[in-house]
Amino acid sequence: MTERNLAQALNQALDVALADPDVVLLGEDVAATGGVFRISDGLLERHGANKVIDTPVAESGIIGAAFGMAVAGMKPIAEIQFMGFSYPAYDQVISHVSRIRNRSRHRFTCPMVIRIPYGAGIGAAEHHSESAEVIYAHTPGLKVVVPSNPYDAKGLLLAAVADPDPVVFLEPIRLYRAVKGEVPDEAYHVPLGLADIVAYGDDVTLIGYGAMMREIRRSVEALSAEGIAATAVDLRTISPLDTETIVEAVRHTGRAVVVHEAPRSGGLAGEIIALIQEHALYDLEAPIARVTGWDTVVPLRRAEHHYVPTVERIVAAARKTMEG
Amino acid sequence: MTEVAGARELSKEALLDAYRTMRTIREFEERLHTEFATGEIPGFVHLYAGEEAIAAGVMAHLDENDYVASTHRGHGHSIAKGCDVKGMMFEIYGKDEGICRGKGGSMHIADLDKGMLGANGIVGGGPPLVCGVGLSTKVRGTKQVGVSFTGDGGANQGTFLESLNLAAVWELPVIFVVENNGYAESTSRDYGVAVDSYVDRAQGFGIPGVTVDGTDFFAVHEAAGAVIDRARNGGGPSLLECEMVRFFGHFEGDAQTYRAPGEVDDLRATRDCIVRFRTQVVDAEVVTDDELDAIDEEARALIETAVDEATAAPVPELDELLTDVYVSY
Repeated sequence: MTERNLAQALNQALDVALADPDVVLLGEDVAATGGVFRISDGLLERHGANKVIDTPVAESGIIGAAFGMAVAGMKPIAEIQFMGFSYPAYDQVISHVSRIRNRSRHRFTCPMVIRIPYGAGIGAAEHHSESAEVIYAHTPGLKVVVPSNPYDAKGLLLAAVADPDPVVFLEPIRLYRAVKGEVPDEAYHVPLGLADIVAYGDDVTLIGYGAMMREIRRSVEALSAEGIAATAVDLRTISPLDTETIVEAVRHTGRAVVVHEAPRSGGLAGEIIALIQEHALYDLEAPIARVTGWDTVVPLRRAEHHYVPTVERIVAAARKTMEG
Repeated sequence: MTEVAGARELSKEALLDAYRTMRTIREFEERLHTEFATGEIPGFVHLYAGEEAIAAGVMAHLDENDYVASTHRGHGHSIAKGCDVKGMMFEIYGKDEGICRGKGGSMHIADLDKGMLGANGIVGGGPPLVCGVGLSTKVRGTKQVGVSFTGDGGANQGTFLESLNLAAVWELPVIFVVENNGYAESTSRDYGVAVDSYVDRAQGFGIPGVTVDGTDFFAVHEAAGAVIDRARNGGGPSLLECEMVRFFGHFEGDAQTYRAPGEVDDLRATRDCIVRFRTQVVDAEVVTDDELDAIDEEARALIETAVDEATAAPVPELDELLTDVYVSY
């Protein structure tokens, strides 16, 4: 075990994954520079230019080429530099990557990983700061994974590489170097599709993923100081959702607050709340609350704190469910 | 063309205007480099210093009715196209009086009144847009032209190649300027492009092109004039490749580990387009050093005021976050 931050955990996971002769890493500036966020630092030196591949600026081409490698039997890991840069490549994802298995009646599979840093944190507004995970979660045939801590980051990335289906792996920009934890030196998998209960309490259940887990953990502490005991669920995989864990965690308290920094309307919270009412409506003590970003474009840094859900907003929403 | 011949072909007023544009851009960018380090400027900033001769040389042939689509490195294009310099500074600081009311920041400076369609956070975002304005001028029968600026990296995007073809088949009044500074972010041009020249690519789409030294204002000015005249008079699209140099990193804060030690110092010493312009016009005996020094001082004062006012200006109210999502709010 070694203490690592989330960026270091991902770097180590990539290093382990690249030992497989079928795995390659490709993307803009990933090789010589080590990636825009330095996640692949040193990997070119360790694995060579056949395995760690710089690409021209051509997102659609990067994902299309990774798709071709995957159907040819390799296991490519493609990096897109920012969530907003994934949109030029989305045609390849929705038209080909996500549906080749279904379209070919499983004669083709597409074992590839698309890594995308997402979310606010560097204050650069829109393309560099947004959370568009729902467009991937809404696309059948993709698995969508979002780690919130170094241990999960390494285990989920290795599980994603080993998975036979395409996985969109979203990396929370503002947690890259902000969270640290013990990470085993050896290879291990954190299973895809399983949520994690990170706090246990009897009063209210907070549900979130990725970067928002830091605010959720802080909210659990703040609520505890007020005498409110919260359960907290880290979804880790947002497609497919771990319905069983979500439902059981909400049944336990009868109250739920769902949190994401993506815009409110059509966001993942709506889907999660629908699942809860389908499976646990009669266990609820209060209407389910959601704390989200706003239905607008992510602003520059000066208003970012107003855009992204805060501990104060989460705690207020939890308190309100206790009034019911 | 000899080093002084070009200088003698332009009016003194045009020469002073070109110098003022280049000096203002340089002052703007050098100052932003310093100011960014204070942490007051939000987001990413990509500086244009070293590339001024291109913006000045191309824009000298355009007026407010002509369109320009820029890149993430858009300050120089914006200044040369006539955007308000103070408004730009406010915008970069995210302030209410910014040219986009502080909502877009450095990478989204735009002013339709000046024909500035915008800097662009997406590499390769601009070329299709310019095909669109080109088509609009063709449909309406006006004499406007559209100019798309793209880096050597952006010219590898599918959007750029699709746009070359659209412009060719529709015979649009557009010019694709490729600003070849040798780096796509941190990846060298030699790694990312298999042909020797972007002109070769254009020719493959049926578009003529020319490559010029982008650190020579007069070379850019002459070549841009020819392709813009051609487009304006129904001759169709062209590509203008400008080989030039980038004095700063891809973005402010870039450690530039991909550049050789001393590379930037060498470029500044030998390939500074403003130094070259000064030498050309002074040697041609059409402008004096004193006249140029006065413009230097004017640019310094303008940027000084812009920074002072921008730092002191109020930030947008938080409820501004939810405005301008639709026409109705």
